[in-house]
Amino acid sequence: MDEIRIHGRGGQGSVTLAQLLAQAAHEEGTWAQAFPAFGVERRGAPVEAFARFDDEKITDRSQVDEPDYVIVQDTSLLEYVDVTEGLSEDGLVLVNTGADPEELDLETDAEVVTVDATDIALEHLGRPIMNTALLGAFAGATGLLGQDSMEAVITRKFSGEIGEQNVAATNDAYTEVSA
Amino acid sequence: MAKAEQNPSEEQKVMKGTSAVARGVMAANPDVVSAYPITPQTGVVEKLSDLVADGELDSEFIKVDSEFNAASTCIGASAAGARAFSATSSQGLKLMSEPLFTAAGMRLPIVMAVANRSLSAPLSIWADHTDAFAERDGGMMQFHAEDVQEAIDHVLMGFRVAEQVNLPVLSNFDGFILTHVQEPADIPTEEEVSEFLPPRDPEYTLDPSDPKTMGAFARPEHWTEARYEIQRAMEESKDVWAKTVEEFKEIFGRDYTEYNGMLDTYHGDADYRLVALGSMCGTIRKVIDEYRAEGVDVGLIRPRVHRPFPTEELREALGDAEAVGVLTKEMSPGYESALAGEIKGTLYHAENQPPIKSFVVGMAGRDITASDIGAMIEETMEASAPMAFDEQESWPQLREELLADGGD
Repeated sequence: MDEIRIHGRGGQGSVTLAQLLAQAAHEEGTWAQAFPAFGVERRGAPVEAFARFDDEKITDRSQVDEPDYVIVQDTSLLEYVDVTEGLSEDGLVLVNTGADPEELDLETDAEVVTVDATDIALEHLGRPIMNTALLGAFAGATGLLGQDSMEAVITRKFSGEIGEQNVAATNDAYTEVSA
Repeated sequence: MAKAEQNPSEEQKVMKGTSAVARGVMAANPDVVSAYPITPQTGVVEKLSDLVADGELDSEFIKVDSEFNAASTCIGASAAGARAFSATSSQGLKLMSEPLFTAAGMRLPIVMAVANRSLSAPLSIWADHTDAFAERDGGMMQFHAEDVQEAIDHVLMGFRVAEQVNLPVLSNFDGFILTHVQEPADIPTEEEVSEFLPPRDPEYTLDPSDPKTMGAFARPEHWTEARYEIQRAMEESKDVWAKTVEEFKEIFGRDYTEYNGMLDTYHGDADYRLVALGSMCGTIRKVIDEYRAEGVDVGLIRPRVHRPFPTEELREALGDAEAVGVLTKEMSPGYESALAGEIKGTLYHAENQPPIKSFVVGMAGRDITASDIGAMIEETMEASAPMAFDEQESWPQLREELLADGGD
């Protein structure tokens, strides 16, 4: 089982990112689950969302306390939230920032990958909605999801031009992190 | 039943629990949907309103001013012969309580999806079963879903049974845990459902051309019989349910036939058996796998149906256990959890009475972790009868530092 925890702020699309991850994994033919840390959603407040992928039907409904992967939407959280808590040593944390991994000084033995998803989102969408760029970066960093699967779920969720822009953001981030 | 009995398929859709349930309701083709919003149910009626507005569902979608009127609207519609649906949670279900008891007494086959949530106070929006258990004695059938697929399927099977025995249904699925999760589920098509669920054909309806009274005043010489008929219909519903799960399996391929559709088990013949309702059973399965890998013979007995109560099935499923642990998201202050009390009552006249420990957990959305469940398995393994009353039930997730006396 692959367990993913997403840290973001209310309004940044963390729940949508978890849902896109699960839908893309299902597109790849694995079982998948996505759910938010159930709270009273407030714009700007720290939020968490979770996703699980597995070859078997997923029955675990508890929150993800020991993730294999962590995604951080916003580095302003690092001061307040222990984003790598419980993260597997063999795992990976993906952070949305223009900084290099070593500059973040995260307390973890896991691999740290950075991508400037905000920049990619601004370029393609004209708005700092980073979740599709982070989806692509996650796929590029982990190899768990293919570009076709991501394109399929994004165009299902966002039609027309917005869909195309989001696919472009996903692919850009995918390529950047894979390279 | 096997944990991974099916593979993910391309037919499955990954969508939010509330949307998936709404799609299932649409396939049942209700004539009337009444709607009043409340977290975490709102997504169900919101989606149905979209489906009606988009022309995908041909139903009267009636927005009302309260849950009292949401249930009352269903009563009027159902009495006139319509297939009626609504959804609610928590305080909304409390406000529906009065009309729901009436619906049961009027023998109306209304189906309601209940996104389970705690009751105030303190105010909370998160899941437990306090709301469902508070309506336990009304004469509504009650089902508890473990996952999104069951939440859909229980609504469909609910209509099928309700319309044969003339009782309302509360189809429970845990708030947030199942309403706000996205996971794969088969969304039944209207064609499949029309084969399974024929149009409603009521024996009596309110009809101006053939006037009659429903839900009338009853004097002491008549009331008892009306209540007894509800009890008889509940008993009859067990056979109807057993047939319904068979028919469902024939048409949809999903197998809910274990123990006549009343119970679902996982290593049900284990020495130590846990009993629980709803979504926490998923996490329990995972922990059972871990304990079994260490040589601990532990299993799960999950009532799918809570009303009618699966008495004979539970006697068979629990009678020869070394010990039973009941994990429950409700309790009756002044006694103990209602589910534990019911299971003890059920086993009293059975051949064997295994010791029973009960655990109040997951209240108002407190996360039930694998280690919580592990600790409860270990406590169940140590249970032996007789037990003092204060040893029978514990609250393993209690944060004693928050108690008025600081836990002293």
